[in-house]
Amino acid sequence: MSSSAGAKGAPIKSTGLHIGEPAPGVKKVDPIIVADNITRTFGGLTAVQVEHLEIPRGAITALIGPNGAGKTTLFNLLTGFDKPDTGEWTFDGQGISGIPAFKVARKGQVRTFQLTKALSLLTVLDNMKLGAKGQRGEGLSRALFPWIWRKQEAEIEARAMDLLARFKLDAKKDDYAASLSGGQRKLLEMARALMSQPSLVMLDEPMAGVNPALTQSLLDHILNLKTEGMTVLFVEHDMHMVRHIADWVVVMAEGRVVAEGDPHEVMANPAVIDAYLGSHHDEDLGDLDTGVMTAIKELADDDADEEKN
Amino acid sequence: MIDWILLFSNAAQEIISPTTAAYALAALGLAIHFGFTGLLNFGQAGFMMLGAYGFAIATLTFGWPVWAAILMGVGASIVFALILGIPTLRLRADYLAIVTIAAAEIIRLLFTTNTFESVTGSADGLQGYKGGFEALNPIPPGTYGFGPWVYNEYDWWVRIFGWGLVAIAAFITWRLFKSPWGRVIKGIREDEDAVRALGKNVYFYKMQSLVIGGVFGALAGMIFILPRAVVPSNYQTSLTFFIYAILLLGGAATVFGPIVGSVIFWVLLSFFSGFIARAVEVGWLPFLSNVQAGQLRFILVGIAIMLIVIYRPQGIFGNKKELAFVK
Repeated sequence: MSSSAGAKGAPIKSTGLHIGEPAPGVKKVDPIIVADNITRTFGGLTAVQVEHLEIPRGAITALIGPNGAGKTTLFNLLTGFDKPDTGEWTFDGQGISGIPAFKVARKGQVRTFQLTKALSLLTVLDNMKLGAKGQRGEGLSRALFPWIWRKQEAEIEARAMDLLARFKLDAKKDDYAASLSGGQRKLLEMARALMSQPSLVMLDEPMAGVNPALTQSLLDHILNLKTEGMTVLFVEHDMHMVRHIADWVVVMAEGRVVAEGDPHEVMANPAVIDAYLGSHHDEDLGDLDTGVMTAIKELADDDADEEKN
Repeated sequence: MIDWILLFSNAAQEIISPTTAAYALAALGLAIHFGFTGLLNFGQAGFMMLGAYGFAIATLTFGWPVWAAILMGVGASIVFALILGIPTLRLRADYLAIVTIAAAEIIRLLFTTNTFESVTGSADGLQGYKGGFEALNPIPPGTYGFGPWVYNEYDWWVRIFGWGLVAIAAFITWRLFKSPWGRVIKGIREDEDAVRALGKNVYFYKMQSLVIGGVFGALAGMIFILPRAVVPSNYQTSLTFFIYAILLLGGAATVFGPIVGSVIFWVLLSFFSGFIARAVEVGWLPFLSNVQAGQLRFILVGIAIMLIVIYRPQGIFGNKKELAFVK
């Protein structure tokens, strides 16, 4: 776990990801996703309107923004779970706009869900095995002849047990996923996604509903993905986590990308403060946005502290 | 006085009757649809009907041999599954339920209408298609058996053929659900989107499941007509619900549940209807007429289904934790 952590326990950040000044739609040195002109409307509401966006390869990118900013919608579009009104995007240089979700996943871009989707009445081990790609026994005709797929099944099981051990779920392998706690389900979902040996892992609010004791372990797992050469894109509301692990932050508001940059700079960007508070400053924002404000202030304080040290 | 020996012996006959085999196979198909994949198919009677009519029409109208007639029935059920599945499998499960129940009724009415009487026999149905099947019988003429199970060579041939098909279908199903294919199918039952996110073509898997279960239904329809004639009124929606009763009784997500469920269902049904009829005759139930007594057994079936779903929703063979229909 400490492999990705620096001297003070802080993770090593990837830098030099972009070309030119950080601004919405800035070019990246080595982008894994390049999206152009994506729009998605629901009736009269424009949920997503992204002119240009590049996600850097081999880094951890956070997608943040207030509720209703279009983060999850953009996620769904990029993973093929929803179809855009307009727009083109490439993954690893191949155009994947408009292809169905299962084909997107086969190309190595795997996602998790905001509401965890553990397959409740499958055992933990079966959940894991389901994640593996290119299984011979998944074809109907070959399924009837176990000798065709038995060897591959054993390899998959060994890999699954390895991952389960890393996620500390190996003792639960024969339990139904329904019996796991909420945090364990998040871990299982992430481990299952890794079974497909992806090159890009997309996590939709990985920390939502996870108790603080598991948070650190989840953070370490996400950092490990980077050390293993995977690219991570995640949606998150927890600003501390974003600041702690993200190499690059993309801020969305009202469907558009309003700011991009490394986490320290982006938090100080007036467009971000605007996105969360500015454009609605004369309305009653409720508790949540006050919470966000507090978080931003805290982060600014954190930054100041760190610079002193 | 009630002849208890006769009642028990009639009930015991149901254990190996071809009708029991037909219901077992149809329920096994439904287990694949509903228990393993989570597809709410309320049109299993339609699949059975296509198997029955496909077999009978291919024999009578086209004069095809038995194997070709069987393929006709199977082919018709595959086409039916594709027609139902292509528009509905992308939608939520309840839409499939609505479409299948309506489609099965459409098929029944098409076979009942006078327009096609020369081919379908309309409401009178079809008979005289058993010649080819009888000719294949390897058993020499005579009566065989012991106890309540004494039958002639044709009756034994029907039973052996019917239960043989059930055994093969059960073996195939067991193999499939021990394989990675079965794992994907069960994953789809739990959460389609999660399985899709792992790179599996969910739509294609659901279609495969619909076709396999439908083919089992069609074969069940063929077993069903071997000891009787093809009559469209046998294939009402209530047939599908009896099969659901059997499935829930045995366990929806099991291989042996539907088979044992069918045996228990028919033994109990035969015993109760025999018992009630005799009891009315000897005056034990003075408030019931003979006609009412005939209907009472279906009321008992309804009560039995309710009791199962409330007190043992996983069925006889089901794992208590693996409830397919109450999440």
